[in-house]
Amino acid sequence: MVAKRIIPCLDVKDGVVVKGINFEGLREVGDAVEMGVQYARDGADELVYLDISATREGRSTFAELVKRIARGIDIPFTVGGGIGSVEDAARLLEAGADKISVNSSALADPSLISRIAEKYGSQFVVVAIDAKCVEGRWICTTHGGTRFTDRELFSWAREAQERGAGEILFTSMDHDGTRAGYACGVYAQLDSLLSIPVIASGGAGSVQDIVDVLTEGRASAALAASIFHYNQIPIPALKRALQQANIPVRL
Amino acid sequence: MIAIIDYEAGNICSVQNALERLGAPYQLTADPELICRADKVILPGVGNAAQAMASLRASGLDTEIRSLRQPVLGICVGLQLMCRSSEEGPVDCMGLLDARVRKFPETPEAKVPHMGWNSIGNLEGKLFKDLPGGSYVYFVHSYYPELCPDTIATCRHGDTLFSAALRWENFYGTQFHPEKSGSVGAAILQNFLAL
Repeated sequence: MVAKRIIPCLDVKDGVVVKGINFEGLREVGDAVEMGVQYARDGADELVYLDISATREGRSTFAELVKRIARGIDIPFTVGGGIGSVEDAARLLEAGADKISVNSSALADPSLISRIAEKYGSQFVVVAIDAKCVEGRWICTTHGGTRFTDRELFSWAREAQERGAGEILFTSMDHDGTRAGYACGVYAQLDSLLSIPVIASGGAGSVQDIVDVLTEGRASAALAASIFHYNQIPIPALKRALQQANIPVRL
Repeated sequence: MIAIIDYEAGNICSVQNALERLGAPYQLTADPELICRADKVILPGVGNAAQAMASLRASGLDTEIRSLRQPVLGICVGLQLMCRSSEEGPVDCMGLLDARVRKFPETPEAKVPHMGWNSIGNLEGKLFKDLPGGSYVYFVHSYYPELCPDTIATCRHGDTLFSAALRWENFYGTQFHPEKSGSVGAAILQNFLAL
């Protein structure tokens, strides 16, 4: 049976890992490669690196960083942020990324998903969706949840799958940064709607939150940032707790 | 020296990076003479088996690989090319390992591709030296090698029990990616290098 995955997420700005709440008040937390190596050693199953650089210089620093990450770590990793074309994806594949994630660029041009998937396979394409609940409807957002689109979460996730996405990474912008638990009910709905794995993101504050989203929420993987960066929940202890809750995990 | 066979089989830099982390000197090459002289040979591969087999045949490397007597390790699609045939195409492969490669049936419990960490069992031989059954390794594939007399490790995906690794004489293959399988994968590669 495929193990449920624990995925630390690292936001990278101009080559260094930063963390802030809702993109405000960014704080530098460490070196991207060193942190990745340490997480891999601790038992992380996969890593996600998101480039949040706003400049061209920042972007090219990131591509160089991806090469260093690929040389340093021995578990799969996904990179995202600013991927707007098949060429951008190809560059990151050549740098050694196992998967790429697309978000706002896929919303702007959904054919990007199919074009990357046809060329490099569905296993390479993660579609990330940031959504907010507005009067009972989950609306896809861009720019860190500040801009609303005309897309609704469930239909967009379904379309992304049909276009060749290999996984859906859904972040509830209502839960992100709160540390009050994941949007479990929404993940369970996504799981019944989709045949591809769903990665849960946004809201992790305790071991129980992660247990809940992997059982009740039926997510294939739980992604989190701050609880891991500040070692609030050490991964080895988390993995043991998940095993005790009868969740299949890699130990 | 380790020869990594270079035959346009997708992105294989993860194999190079893994050998670098292990401090093993390697050369990425399509030169039959270098491959023949290498201590160990790795046949990587990602993507489509029929296309990969076609590029191997076009360069004559299939004949070269069959004649090798040193340890050879096929990884993922590289392993599938060492089997008898693959349903992906379909295509006849090199026939060094006694398995046919088949497509996973898609079920709600067993998604295709089989992607992620899964445990392997029935571990046999030096490739798995010091590794306990139940160790987790990383898989990404939609086609699998059947169980056969050459099977040296098994894995289950849904209702399908398949060969996670095979061996016949000096030819070894892993369906999983040891180069992406953390410390377990590094140990398997180290065991291969020590053969």
